[in-house]
Amino acid sequence: MALLIRGGRLIDPATGRDGRFDVLVEGGRVAAVAPDLSGRLPAEGDGVEVFDARGLVVTPGLIDVHTHLRVPGQAHKETLATGTAAAAAGGFTQVCTLPNTHPVIDSPWLVEAVLARAREDAVVRVHVVGALTKGQEGRELAPLDAMARAGAVAFSDDGRPVADAGVLRRAMEYARAIGLPILDHAEDPGLTGRGVMHEGPVSLALGLPGIPAASEVVAVQRDVTLAAFTGARLHVMHLSTAGAVEAVRRAKEAGAPVTAEVTPHHLALTVAEVERLRYDASTKVNPPLRDESDRQALVQGLRDGVIDLIATDHAPHSGDEKALPYVDAPFGISGLETAFALAYGALVESGALTLPELVRRMTAEPARALGLPGGSLREGDPADIAVFDVDAEWIVDPAAFRSKGKNTPLAGRRVRGRCVATFVAGRRVWGERP
Amino acid sequence: MDAWRGNPGSLLGLAGLAPAEIERLLDRAEAWLDAWRRGAVSPVLAGRSVALWFAEPSTRTRVSFEQAAALLGARPIVISERGSSLEKGETLADTAATLEAAGVDAIVVRHGASGAPEQIARAVRVPVLNAGDGTHEHPTQGLLDVLTIRQSFGRVAGLRVAIVGDVLHSRVARSTTWALAALGASVVLVGPPTLVPTELARALPAEVCHDLRAGLEGADVVMALRLQKERMVAAYLPSEAEYRARWGITAERLGWAKPGAVFLHPGPSNRGVEVETDVHDGPRSRVRDQVRNGVAVRMAALERALSGEEAARWRS
Repeated sequence: MALLIRGGRLIDPATGRDGRFDVLVEGGRVAAVAPDLSGRLPAEGDGVEVFDARGLVVTPGLIDVHTHLRVPGQAHKETLATGTAAAAAGGFTQVCTLPNTHPVIDSPWLVEAVLARAREDAVVRVHVVGALTKGQEGRELAPLDAMARAGAVAFSDDGRPVADAGVLRRAMEYARAIGLPILDHAEDPGLTGRGVMHEGPVSLALGLPGIPAASEVVAVQRDVTLAAFTGARLHVMHLSTAGAVEAVRRAKEAGAPVTAEVTPHHLALTVAEVERLRYDASTKVNPPLRDESDRQALVQGLRDGVIDLIATDHAPHSGDEKALPYVDAPFGISGLETAFALAYGALVESGALTLPELVRRMTAEPARALGLPGGSLREGDPADIAVFDVDAEWIVDPAAFRSKGKNTPLAGRRVRGRCVATFVAGRRVWGERP
Repeated sequence: MDAWRGNPGSLLGLAGLAPAEIERLLDRAEAWLDAWRRGAVSPVLAGRSVALWFAEPSTRTRVSFEQAAALLGARPIVISERGSSLEKGETLADTAATLEAAGVDAIVVRHGASGAPEQIARAVRVPVLNAGDGTHEHPTQGLLDVLTIRQSFGRVAGLRVAIVGDVLHSRVARSTTWALAALGASVVLVGPPTLVPTELARALPAEVCHDLRAGLEGADVVMALRLQKERMVAAYLPSEAEYRARWGITAERLGWAKPGAVFLHPGPSNRGVEVETDVHDGPRSRVRDQVRNGVAVRMAALERALSGEEAARWRS
C-alpha cells in the first residue's frame, strides 16, 4: 500500500530540503518528494494511506549509533522488542547495539544471532557493534574480520575502556584494514578509580568518590593520537568535558580520522542535577554529568562541528538495580524516548542550533560517521521517516516508557518536542492514526 | 547544600541544620550528662524500641547508641550483619520497610555507602538517625566533638579549629565542620593535597591548608583524624612514617597552636602515626570526654526522635 505524508515541513539535511513537501512512499521506498503530489496519487480505492502532516516536521528517521539493547543475556533490562519500540517512540529508525552484554558480543555467531533475533523481534533496523577485544578484557583482539563479515558495523569495548595503549594501537591497525570504525569509550581507568560522579565540590560534600575530568581528557588525547598514528577511523563516544572537546578539535585540525558524539543528557544536564536529586542513582551515568562550563563547551563543540553527532547512550537498567546505594548502582540513563526533546530544548530552544542542524546531527551525520545507509529521503531511499510535533509540550513519565528501563533523572520534567509517528520502510511502527 | 531532613525527628546530617537546632541538641546532651552523673536519668523512652542497623563494623558508635537507648529506657534491637541488604539481594528500602513493619520506633543506621540513610529515610515514616554513612556524614560524632569543644571553652563562636588528616575520606570531619561553622567557629582543614583536596574549600565552610605549622597557628582546637593503612596502598601517601614526619601531632607541634589549645580525636587512634601517645593521653587531650559526650549526644538525638513532646516541638 502506498503512503502519502502530506503537507509537513520536510527537513532533510542530506538533500538540503527544508520546506513544505509531500512525500510519497511506494514499495517501502521514497517514490517522490515534491511540494504537491496530489496529482500523483493513485486512484482512490487503490489503498493509499494519507498522513496529514500539516503543522508537523517530517525528517529522515533518526539514527542512534550508541544504544544498549542488552541482548544477549539481560532481558530483565531490555529486549529487542522493548528497546526498538522505545527507539521508534523516540523517532529512531536505526540503532547500533553495543556489545557489553552477557556474554559479550565478541564472535561472528553472536553477531549473527543478534541480527537474526532482530529480524524477528525488532521494529526498527538494528546494527551490531562487535567487541574490540575478546570478552572486552583489553588483552586479545576479538575476531574483527569474521564479525565484520557476519554483519558488524563497528567495534567497541564500550563500558570497559582499553587500558593498554599497545593493545589499542594493534586493534586500530587491524580495524583499519577491515575498514570499519572503532567506537571509543575514552576513559582512564586509573584516574576514574572507584568514582561514581563528577569530581568537584558536590562529590566532596556528598562524600561520593569522584571521576575527574582528566580521566576523559587524558584518554581522548591518547586515543586521537593513536588514530592519527595508525590511520584508523576513530569515533569518540559520549564526550563530557571541555578538555576532551579541545583534544578532538586539535586532532581534527591536524587531519586525524576522528569523529565524535555527545549525548542529550550531557548537553542538557550538569552536576547540579546530581546535587538536586542527591543520592538518587538516576543521575549516575558514565561519563558523569559535569560542570556548566563543560556543558557549554559541548554545545559549542556541536555548533563548531568539532562534535559531529548526537547519540543517546541509551542504558536501561531495572528499578531494583538503580535503587541500590549510589556507589553500588549501575551507570546509565534510559535515553531513547527523551533524546529528541532533551536535545531540542538544550540546542534549538536555547538558540544554539537551528532545527535543521539538530536534525542533521541525528540523521545524516550518524550515517556518515559509521557508514550506515539511510539518514536521507532522496527518491529511491528506504522510507525511514519520523514525524515530530516540535511545539508539543509534555511531561516525562518513565512509567509510560516503552523501554524496560525507567531510569531517568527527567521524571516530571516538562519538555518540548515529541515524535508523533515513525515509519520504517514505509510501515508505521509508532504513532496513532491521525 | 541543604541536607534532606527526612521525617520529623530524623538526623541525617548536620549540613543545613539550623544553629538553634544544633544548640538545642547540645543543651539537651548537657542536661542528660548531668542527670547521668547524678544517677537520675528518667526513662522517658520506656516501651519504645530502636533498631540499630549496623551494616558496617562499628564498636564505639554502636555501644554508645545502645547505651544511650538503654539509659532512656528504650529497647535497642541490634542488626549487625555486614552488608546485609546487598548480600541477601534485598534493597535498602525493603529492609527498612521490614523493620518498620516489625514495629520499631526509630532506625539508627550505619552504612558503608554514602547516602544510604537518606535512601532509607525516604522509604519509611519512622525517624532515621545516621550513625555514619560512607564518606558523607556522621552527625552524632560531629555533635559530640562540638559539645566537647563547647565544654572546654564555654563557647564555640569565634574559636579556630584545625582538623588534621584524611579529610577526603572522613565523614566525621564533614559533620564537625558543618556544625562548627554553623555555630560561628572557623575551621581549617590541614593535610597533604591527596587527602585534603584544595576543592574542599568550595565544598565545606572551611579553609584548606597544606602546611601543618601554618594550619595550627592560632588554633584553639587541634583535631587529628585516623589515618587508614589502605591509603598507602591506594597511593595517597608514600608511608605512615612519612605521614608521621610531616603531619603527625607531637607535643612540640601542638605548641604551634594557641596556648591552652585542646586536642581531639574521633578514634580509634593510631598512636605513633597521626598522634603521639603523650599528646593523646596528655593534659590537653579531651579524647575521653568525647567518648562520654557521645552517649549524652545520642541520648539527646534519640529523645528528639522518639519523645512525643520533643518530636512535636521539633516539628513546630
